[in-house]
Amino acid sequence: MIVHPALILVLGALVLPWLPQRGARQAASLALPLAALWAIWQVPDGSAWQLHFLDYTLSPLAGDKLTRLFATIFALMAATGALFALRQESRVEVPAALFYAGSAIGVAFAGDLITVFIFWELMAIASTLVIWSAGSRAAYLASMRYLSIHLLGGVALMAGIAGHVATTGSVAFTPITPDSLASWLILAGFLINAGAPPLSAWLPDAYPEASWSGTVFLSAFTTKTAVYVLLRGFPGTEILIWIGMFMIFYGIVYALLENDMRRILAYSIVNQVGFMVVGIGIGTEMALNGAAAHAFAHIIYKALLLMSAGSVLYRTGRRKCTDLGGLFQSMPVTAVCGIIGALAISSFPWTSGFVSKSMISQAAGDEHLQYVWLGLAAASAGVFLHAGIKFPWFVFFQKDSGLRPADPPASMQIPMIFFSALCIGLGLFPAPLYALLPFAVNYAPYSGAHVLTQLQLLLFSGLAFFVMLSFLKRTLTISLDLDWFYRMFAPRLATLLTPLFKAVIGGLERTAASVAQRAGKSLHHHHGPQGALARTWPTGSMALWTVVMLLAWLALYYLP
Amino acid sequence: MANAEKHWLVRPQTITLLWRLFIAILVATVIAERVVHLHPHFGFDGWFGFHAWYGFLTCAAMIFFAKGLGLLIKRPDTYYGDQQ
Repeated sequence: MIVHPALILVLGALVLPWLPQRGARQAASLALPLAALWAIWQVPDGSAWQLHFLDYTLSPLAGDKLTRLFATIFALMAATGALFALRQESRVEVPAALFYAGSAIGVAFAGDLITVFIFWELMAIASTLVIWSAGSRAAYLASMRYLSIHLLGGVALMAGIAGHVATTGSVAFTPITPDSLASWLILAGFLINAGAPPLSAWLPDAYPEASWSGTVFLSAFTTKTAVYVLLRGFPGTEILIWIGMFMIFYGIVYALLENDMRRILAYSIVNQVGFMVVGIGIGTEMALNGAAAHAFAHIIYKALLLMSAGSVLYRTGRRKCTDLGGLFQSMPVTAVCGIIGALAISSFPWTSGFVSKSMISQAAGDEHLQYVWLGLAAASAGVFLHAGIKFPWFVFFQKDSGLRPADPPASMQIPMIFFSALCIGLGLFPAPLYALLPFAVNYAPYSGAHVLTQLQLLLFSGLAFFVMLSFLKRTLTISLDLDWFYRMFAPRLATLLTPLFKAVIGGLERTAASVAQRAGKSLHHHHGPQGALARTWPTGSMALWTVVMLLAWLALYYLP
Repeated sequence: MANAEKHWLVRPQTITLLWRLFIAILVATVIAERVVHLHPHFGFDGWFGFHAWYGFLTCAAMIFFAKGLGLLIKRPDTYYGDQQ
């Protein structure tokens, strides 16, 4: 019997909060993801579990290379995140995060759409708890908005799956062509979790409201699970190229305008997932490998960036760039780790981002997609601009805020150093990562031309940043997004329309009451004590009418 | 603050030095195109210093675009009331 890795985390997370000692809870929070990581590598190729549900055969545990790649990084992320969160006071957050990670692994191993859906919804609930456990009112409100959007996405996905199963008769999770309402609904459900337009705003709205450790977990699972299901379900769907391209530039522009350090990084999640979505849209083996590799690398460097930001928040309690600056002097480890993450997200040569993202550009070039290639090149420069330099510059350098917080405790430094080492290690030695990819890799990232052109692109982007620094001055502002419609417009409309609704409902109530009264009166008139229909009839008249009826029948009977 | 009290990395002399170093590296990456053999996909990406000026100009364009869009969509961070 093969153990399901997702169940180790999901069931373990349910027991975790009830362990009596803090030490036991901490030990279990580290042991559970490591046990899951071990179990992931015990799952053979093909369907290992079969389950009968209604008329369908589910395969909740099906392994292949793509599954193992994603499940491995999810488990690794959960373990490293749990170490980072060792000092988290909330008793809810870490168990919820492990449940969340387990559900993401469950999606990765799902061989059928019903299992995908079940773990998909469990993810939504667990991640809401992670946000909610930050404890502030802002976090509570953000978590409820987050949940609403994900439940909406879940409804679209469920409707799509039901329609798909009804037409094809199969629950198997295989590539889907978007040619029917049902398949479009499935695609929409997946894309909502990827942070695609028009509903991208849930991500930068909710993630920065979680605790210093909560955001680290959140950055990894929901969007990358969406990338995974898109990779499996919709490879080569052309519209994804354009959706991804929009996400890339949306992330850059909004991050440039943003003042909250963790919201900058949240926008850049949308940006980075955009690169993966473009790769999935291109759909060649090179592009799909690139998207998968980039998801793997992204989870590591984005978590690293958010751990660095989380450490700053943990020590200073501040999150706005306008309040920060000059922290490199007293937080050197956090600053260096943050810079390594920033270089990796910018695909700087000798970091993990360079060996993964360049496969997507290469695929665009191989397919002669000129505009896509130009867009990706501009976006690579833009990533350095909005995250690669902006984040470390405004948090650790710029003006001196006068704050002198110390580096965080060892339990927070060790995971940062570990992920920094992975960012550089994968950049220098990409072979182990390439070996995990779904298709055979025929690509050498380190050619003189590639390193040189990438350096040109990034360094001149850096020049643009410093030359135009006055344009990037931070202000105490947020940027409106389409969430304005449900955060401002709809409530205002409701307030505005309430008197009208009240008047209409009042009118209807009065009309209904008068109709009912009249009906009552007429009933009383006909059936009341004095009513014509309520009188008792004499037996004689009854006999008379019977005789009349019988005579009529007799007459009719003898008619020809 | 007197120079002696400032961290060595943020003293004006260091910053001038860093700028000079940065510009030297920028120039070097462009000149290196003479030595390194490029293999362009499309043709235009083989133009001299293409990635350098393309990177700079697209970034400048993105900053201007963001600035312009900001005029339209920026609001005080207390706009929704529940922030922070």
